[in-house]
Amino acid sequence: MISGLRRQRSLHRWEPRAEAPAWRVMLVTLAAVGVAALVVTWVFVAYGVAPGEAWATIVRRTLLEPRGLSETVRKAIPLLLAGIGLLLAFRARFWNIGAEGQILAGAIGATAIALFTELPGPLVVPAMFLAGMLAGAAWGAVPALLKARMGVNEIITTLMFNYIALYLVRWLINGPWKARSATGFSYSERFPADAVLPTLGATRLHWPTLAIALVLVAVVALLLARSRFGFEVEVLGRSPEAARYAGIDAGRVTLLLAALAAGAAGLAGVGEVAGIHRRLVEPTQLSLGYGYAAILVALLARGKALAVVPAALFLGFVFAAGDVMRVSLRLPSQLPDVVTGLVLLLVVASEPLTRGRWVRRDPAEVAVAAPVAAPVAATVDEPAAGAADASAEGGG
Amino acid sequence: MKPEEHLQPRLSLRGIEKRYPGVRALAGVDLDVFPGQVHAVLGENGAGKTTLMHVVYGLVAPDEGSMTWEGEPLRLRSPREAIARGIGLVAQHFHLVERHTVAENLALGFPDAPFWRPTRSLLPRLRAAAERYGLALDPRAQVRDLSPGERQRVEIVKALMQGARLLVLDEPTSVLTPTEVDALFAVLRRFVAEGSSVVFVSHKLAEVEVLADAVTVLRRGAVVGRRSAADGLDRRDLARLMVGRDLAATVADRGRARAAAIAAGPVRLRLTDVRVDAPGRAQRPALHVASLEVRGGEIVGIAGVAGNGQSELVAVVAGLRAPSAGTVEVDGREPGSGRRRRGARNQVDAGVALVPEDRTKVGVVGDLSVARNLALRHAHRRPFARGMWIDWQAVARHSQSAVEAYDIATPSTGTPARLLSGGNVQKVILARELDRDPGVVVAVHPTYGLDVAATSQTHERLLAAAGRGAAVLLVSEDLDEVLSLSDRVAVLAGGRVVATMAAADADPEALGLAMAGVAA
Ligand SMILES: Nc1ncnc2c1ncn2[C@@H]1O[C@H](COP(=O)(O)OP(=O)(O)OP(=O)(O)O)[C@@H](O)[C@H]1O
Ligand SMILES: [Mg+2]
Repeated sequence: MISGLRRQRSLHRWEPRAEAPAWRVMLVTLAAVGVAALVVTWVFVAYGVAPGEAWATIVRRTLLEPRGLSETVRKAIPLLLAGIGLLLAFRARFWNIGAEGQILAGAIGATAIALFTELPGPLVVPAMFLAGMLAGAAWGAVPALLKARMGVNEIITTLMFNYIALYLVRWLINGPWKARSATGFSYSERFPADAVLPTLGATRLHWPTLAIALVLVAVVALLLARSRFGFEVEVLGRSPEAARYAGIDAGRVTLLLAALAAGAAGLAGVGEVAGIHRRLVEPTQLSLGYGYAAILVALLARGKALAVVPAALFLGFVFAAGDVMRVSLRLPSQLPDVVTGLVLLLVVASEPLTRGRWVRRDPAEVAVAAPVAAPVAATVDEPAAGAADASAEGGG
Repeated sequence: MKPEEHLQPRLSLRGIEKRYPGVRALAGVDLDVFPGQVHAVLGENGAGKTTLMHVVYGLVAPDEGSMTWEGEPLRLRSPREAIARGIGLVAQHFHLVERHTVAENLALGFPDAPFWRPTRSLLPRLRAAAERYGLALDPRAQVRDLSPGERQRVEIVKALMQGARLLVLDEPTSVLTPTEVDALFAVLRRFVAEGSSVVFVSHKLAEVEVLADAVTVLRRGAVVGRRSAADGLDRRDLARLMVGRDLAATVADRGRARAAAIAAGPVRLRLTDVRVDAPGRAQRPALHVASLEVRGGEIVGIAGVAGNGQSELVAVVAGLRAPSAGTVEVDGREPGSGRRRRGARNQVDAGVALVPEDRTKVGVVGDLSVARNLALRHAHRRPFARGMWIDWQAVARHSQSAVEAYDIATPSTGTPARLLSGGNVQKVILARELDRDPGVVVAVHPTYGLDVAATSQTHERLLAAAGRGAAVLLVSEDLDEVLSLSDRVAVLAGGRVVATMAAADADPEALGLAMAGVAA
């Protein structure tokens, strides 16, 4: 039966492509996002919310109203920073999923400067960014060193480092750094005015971080396209054996890359504490899973540095829309996570579509193939072929 | 009238056409393969041979044309359908799972193998097939421990056990030692004696002469000539058909003319007491204490059966591996000494070129363009690098001239290297390694997969490099090539240099004995 089913599909044949054209990648990505939107619409219906109205509310409150738009962009900032770092790491197949912990490490570094140093006013914010970047980079460099020196799998170490960072923050705000005023919730003392980032008007859009993020995206794009380092990353990512032959020091490149990626995530942490919370807070409030969502940003961008900007904005929109759904539409707060997961799934699953297409077979070919198309003929004439089909179905 | 014309062809192709962006890989090919026949397909690099084999095996769907199999129309949508009809392929690059045993790899080719202990029921069939064709195989051996010849045997046994009546082999002898080639031919002869058929691709005309019953020659995707053994096969005639003109005298006629006049050159490559430990087995080093000197202008051939320390020797000289003991000096100093070890880059900067054994995995990055692959090992230096940046225009300019000089068939210099034919990938590597006047050249199977014209061109280039004062280390399974190009031959057996002799004095017999580890 399986062979019969397979044969009916044979009106079209899959033709792999040499190089995926950019427009095709974009189209497939947009289609994946579109499918996710359809599923969300269905969720609206299931919850008894009128989908048209729901979408209108979401679009108005996240994109059209200035305040809503600023929230969307503000949520895109950490995604932009962590995302561009991950994109770089993924290009060399360093599977860093520790951006979440690196964001927290950056926040710790910034807090240390803000609360415990006596720098002249104008130097405080730059010092915070520097300290946050270094703290993040150090947090990311350890797994890279473990990989380079001892071959320890970075997926596991970077993930575990997230938990270490999380409990480290918790310990700090419950122990040594706990604010005197904190009773129910735990948090640190409030940052002095010099350690707080300016925002755009009455919004929470801390623009200095946004500017840093955009510059960083441009720098990474330039590095990847034009620099020796970018070329080494590219070779290493595509063939470690050829990289060794080309004289590329895989350990050095990986370390540099991991530190850069983690440093960018650290900057995101600085932005969150200095721009939004103005103190070190509970880790799950500090980063709303930006480090994990940034993985999706990097994947959505499909290796193109500049594409991180729209990808981060899109996810910023998903986060902001999640708030709208929760607050205005009274939908469950887990829904945004469902959407993120769904988009992730669709993006990964649609990857092969960028690399080929279905082409219609020419009619003559189909005509000759047709007699075989009857399941009976298939099973009588070609028992072996049927068996092979079936096994491939199970094994592939 | 020829005898086979009484018979119906087993496989027949008519007007097979396949176009890729920028190339017409197959331009209306007709081909008839008869039962009991060995059919050779010849052609220059990029002529379309592999593409044609892939069409027959259902890996590539032709744009136009038709096929018949034993009188019935044949439409293949996948290799599975080809296997079901009785068509087997032994590909140029093997498709085996390295970490599994021979028996497990065979079981993967059998959908009817039981889920539990899938290899058990196969063993009797394996033994039967092995005995029938004289193919010795240890079913429990790990594939990663096998030599290329043994891996090929696994692929052949797999095809035979699947009931192949037509065996397609793409450049089956490129990676084999002379003894392995003889063994392969014996198997193929037994196979066609039973009425089965063989189609094979080769660049080695001597082999075609002895094995083929019929020959089809392709040029730029079209059939330009057919010959049959009944009418006699002639090497020169075949070469002319392939290239479209007469070929100059082969290097073999000329190589030895360059006497030992170069012996006066300075020592450019010196290995002193080098030892390389096999991973995790320090007691049994892969390369024992080896010392070797190569002078400028000299070509030293390394002869030896694969797995006797050649790859370790190559890795150490090219900087892919640090020796466990001993030193490797280039022009009197250790590359990168006094600095942090930077692996192969030290060697590149010291002027050591390497044509590696594995061209697709190591020699090029398949996803990168031809232009970038041509700059792969030199991107950190002028003219490609300007400080920390790369001048992609310089890379493009260089690739343009390299493609012309080395006659690389590619739609453009921006085409990913993996889309090139096997021989053209090799040309990309040669162009990159030989074009910069290296001081030391390490060439492993440099003519692997090259057509006759490109082979003799490569020989000339190696001689020219030596002529300009380079020290050349030539590693090849092809004894004729080693003997005709080299000034001296060093024989490796069991990880030791067991003999060195002047190539002029070396006769193949003595070499063969030394290679087998019998002290000379
Ligand atoms: N998938 C592909 N996409 C684009 N071009 C291709 C593809 N496969 C083959 N070609 C092109 O088709 C032509 C024929 O290639 P093919 O591999 O059949 O040559 P060949 O005769 O086997 O050469 P060689 O002796 O070097 O192995 C080459 O120019 C090659 O670049
Ligand atoms: Mg080929």
